[in-house]
Amino acid sequence: MSIQRYINEKNTFKENTNGYRNLWQWIHVDVPLLSGLIALMALGLFILYSASNQDLSVVEHQAVHIGLAFFIMIVFAQIPPSNYQRWAFWIYTIGILLLVAVLIVGHIGKGASRWLNLGIIRFQPSEMMKLAIPMFLAWHFHRIHLPLSLKTIFFAAIIIFIPAILTAKEPDLGTAILLMVAGGSVLFLAGLRWQLLASITALASLCAPILWYVMHDYQRKRVLIFLNPERDPLGSGYHIIQSKIAIGSGGFFGKGWLNGTQSHLHFLPEHSTDFIFAVCGEELGFIGSTILIILYMLVIARGLYITINAQDTFTRLLAGSLTLTFFVSFFINMGMVTGVLPVVGLPLPLVSYGGSSMVTLMASFGILMSIQTHRKLLTT
Amino acid sequence: MQKRIAIKNHIEEIRLINQRSITALIIMALLVFILIFRLAYLQFSKHDLYTTLSQKNWLDLVPLEPTRGLIYDRNGILLAENIPVFSLDVIPYKVQNMPKMLADISRIVSLSENDIAQFQKQLKQHRRFDEILLKLRLTEEEVAKFYENQYHFPGVMIRARLLRHYPMGNTFSHVLGYIGRISIEELNDIDQSNYSATNYIGKQGIEKFYEDELHGTVGYEQAENDASGEPVRILNQIKPIPGKNIYLTLDSQLQIAAEQALTGHRGAVIAIQPQTGQVLAVVSEPGFDPNMFINGVSNIDYKNLQESPDRPLYNRAIRGLYSPASTIKPFMALGGLRYGIITPEYTIYDPGWFKLKNSSHIFHDWRHHGHGMVNLERAIAGSCDTYFWELGVKLGIIKIGENLKQFGFGDLTGIDLDEEIPGNVPTPNWKRKTKGAVWYEGDTVASAIGQGYMQITPLQLATGVSTIAMRGERFVPYLLMGQQEPGKNYNPSTPTKMEPVMLQDPNYWQAVITGMQDVVTSPEGTGHKLKGALYSVAAKTGTAQVYSRKQAANESDIINEDNIPERLRNNSLLIAFAPIDNPQIAIAVIVENSKLASLVARQVLDHYLLPKSQVPHSQVSANNVNTTIH
Repeated sequence: MSIQRYINEKNTFKENTNGYRNLWQWIHVDVPLLSGLIALMALGLFILYSASNQDLSVVEHQAVHIGLAFFIMIVFAQIPPSNYQRWAFWIYTIGILLLVAVLIVGHIGKGASRWLNLGIIRFQPSEMMKLAIPMFLAWHFHRIHLPLSLKTIFFAAIIIFIPAILTAKEPDLGTAILLMVAGGSVLFLAGLRWQLLASITALASLCAPILWYVMHDYQRKRVLIFLNPERDPLGSGYHIIQSKIAIGSGGFFGKGWLNGTQSHLHFLPEHSTDFIFAVCGEELGFIGSTILIILYMLVIARGLYITINAQDTFTRLLAGSLTLTFFVSFFINMGMVTGVLPVVGLPLPLVSYGGSSMVTLMASFGILMSIQTHRKLLTT
Repeated sequence: MQKRIAIKNHIEEIRLINQRSITALIIMALLVFILIFRLAYLQFSKHDLYTTLSQKNWLDLVPLEPTRGLIYDRNGILLAENIPVFSLDVIPYKVQNMPKMLADISRIVSLSENDIAQFQKQLKQHRRFDEILLKLRLTEEEVAKFYENQYHFPGVMIRARLLRHYPMGNTFSHVLGYIGRISIEELNDIDQSNYSATNYIGKQGIEKFYEDELHGTVGYEQAENDASGEPVRILNQIKPIPGKNIYLTLDSQLQIAAEQALTGHRGAVIAIQPQTGQVLAVVSEPGFDPNMFINGVSNIDYKNLQESPDRPLYNRAIRGLYSPASTIKPFMALGGLRYGIITPEYTIYDPGWFKLKNSSHIFHDWRHHGHGMVNLERAIAGSCDTYFWELGVKLGIIKIGENLKQFGFGDLTGIDLDEEIPGNVPTPNWKRKTKGAVWYEGDTVASAIGQGYMQITPLQLATGVSTIAMRGERFVPYLLMGQQEPGKNYNPSTPTKMEPVMLQDPNYWQAVITGMQDVVTSPEGTGHKLKGALYSVAAKTGTAQVYSRKQAANESDIINEDNIPERLRNNSLLIAFAPIDNPQIAIAVIVENSKLASLVARQVLDHYLLPKSQVPHSQVSANNVNTTIH
């Protein structure tokens, strides 16, 4: 898609908006959110440089990911929320079809596959579902008016579980959890009653044995290891033990940037991807980790601000859900690295090395910016 | 109306979603609080613990082995050294296919069955990332061949190490002992941190007794390691302190002379400097090559040593138990003098036999027609049994025992070797406890001439005769002449005096010594092999029956030794010291199943006391001496 086309599109919306605007408003970028994201990703790049053992090529790759992700964000910011609303059903449907396609391709290839190779780029349909599920549910709930009826909740559950189960089959438990969180957060914001929430939680815990049965061996092992890491100190428990050692030995001020022994001498596994927060804890200490958490919380606070100021039910539910999902994905990762949650293979959003989840996240921030910047100033 | 409801709903929806957003914010704040609390817990409360764990991860103290101290003789001749050798070591976890690696490497380096057996044994005892020895002493050719093919063998490497070596081999096998791999039992008794880099420990002899002095102190290298345990760089080093060098009182040349005099026989020679207690020679024949024990002796070699009828592993000098036979007589005489039972002038008539009062049993003197009128000097010179039978019965077994204990019999001499055993000076109590039988006076008669239950070690005999040479002055026999920490002063050890043996009249000593001199010089003396020595010598011979011959045989004057199987022949013993006025050397010699003791003694004494040119039968070839002096 060319920039020219977006400039044209912008011009068509011009008549729908009125009043004060500046350059940022003109390109539909929310400055506070952008500042938060830049600060977060800049700090992330510093940590990654150290975590990768000063490997500049890793940092360069990540910079390319970031650049691409920012581009996607700006593209998504240009699309007015009404379009997302209109496309929601089709995005969801296509997403499901692609997920099935991945499973079939993976089945033929006799191995786990999360990717769909489209020639130049590899595409992960489960990432797409992170956006498609909240979009679909927000669109649906916008149509039917709140509060939610039982029938609607049941329908929503199906909408959530189909892609979640397909993703878990890939197998990608981490993303499947995030998909459920994304859908669940829409339900929560749409006023799912507390009693119902409580009974769903109860039902889920009853389903735990079934889940246990469905889980792959390595997933079961992870849960067991979480419950007792010393059970297998050189195997899977090694991750958690070494990560706790890294964070704990960091202390208040940390060992200093580039001075972490746990990551630089390779005691800490996956130190530039899922366990990068341990590198932060070791080298930058309590202070650095807290600053990182505060940056996350600033981004989330802006997301909630956008949610509250959104103009209709669709945009509110969508903005709120995207913000909550972002929170959950960063919280699960930090919880896992600090040993309060079991190890699920989820990266630290925007900081871990890797492109696909970052592109999805930045797309969701693009949607948030779109929601913020396409507001009609005439409000209730 | 419809629109109004819709608007109302709309406002309601906004209220609901805003409310939920605030709730979500509160929940998120709570969760973030938990996260920060968790961080604080890990980074403040548990900071010390995790700092330690992290350092344990990456800081590794690599222990450095101290060089073992060298052992010299009294003249500075090297008896135990460390020689550099190339060895082939294996780190098991780096080897993918162990049997294949062993098969491949045996084409380059010759591996004996024992090498592989030892390797497999060590493999079980060590961790997978420990270096394990596969083959010691690579030839230069093997080293070169291995380096050419090294890339085929990940986890296999050549190491240079110091290997203990005993240049004199058999000559010092029993007294020096040897070192060997530390066993699990030994591991419990040692300071494990000090031995963390050490593979070998003294197993016997001097190597065992002076283990602490010889071992030294472990050093450390602080290395930074990565997760796979590979050292990244050395941060700090504490050098190991090498073990002390030890100088022994032994005289290698005398030791060699004694060994050669005994060659082909089973026996022991102990030579002591009477004025100090310094042990000049400790020989037990046959010996063995201690070098083959260092890295684990092969099963076949060990079996051969164990099962050899000559028992080469048996240290006869300090562990051999023998009847002292007539060599006990000077000590018996001294007992009689001490307790006032006899005086030097006391004389008996020996008809050639002896009878106890209440018994009809007749004890026959070894000289059947008797010695006639016998005083103390003649009794010793002619080894008159009857005289000592009578004396023994008058003393009684209790006083015999007390007296012999004064000279160190029946007790450890206290020499600086762990293997020594005390022997036995029998008492009625002892017989009741061990044999469950009453002590008969006949037992006393046997004890009086060093037969029966009495058992002594050659070392005890040698210390005993030293005491006579010194006229009652006693010293603990010792082997450690001195020690020297590398780079520091030589630290000599001093003789240890023991409570002396006191006689009522010091002149009594001379009577016994004169008797012992007559053993050599008098026509009726039993030690004529020592006659004609160029120095004055006092001696006493002994002949111990290995098996009880029938009384009938004893009555016959001529016993043809040649008709008796070799191993049933009598043992010959000899104790001596020389020169009489200024004793330089005291020796005890035992030759099993042979009459050679006097001859051996003569060769040893000649070697020690005569200038090299005057040694009549030079047993020490020039070659032998040269190889021992490096």
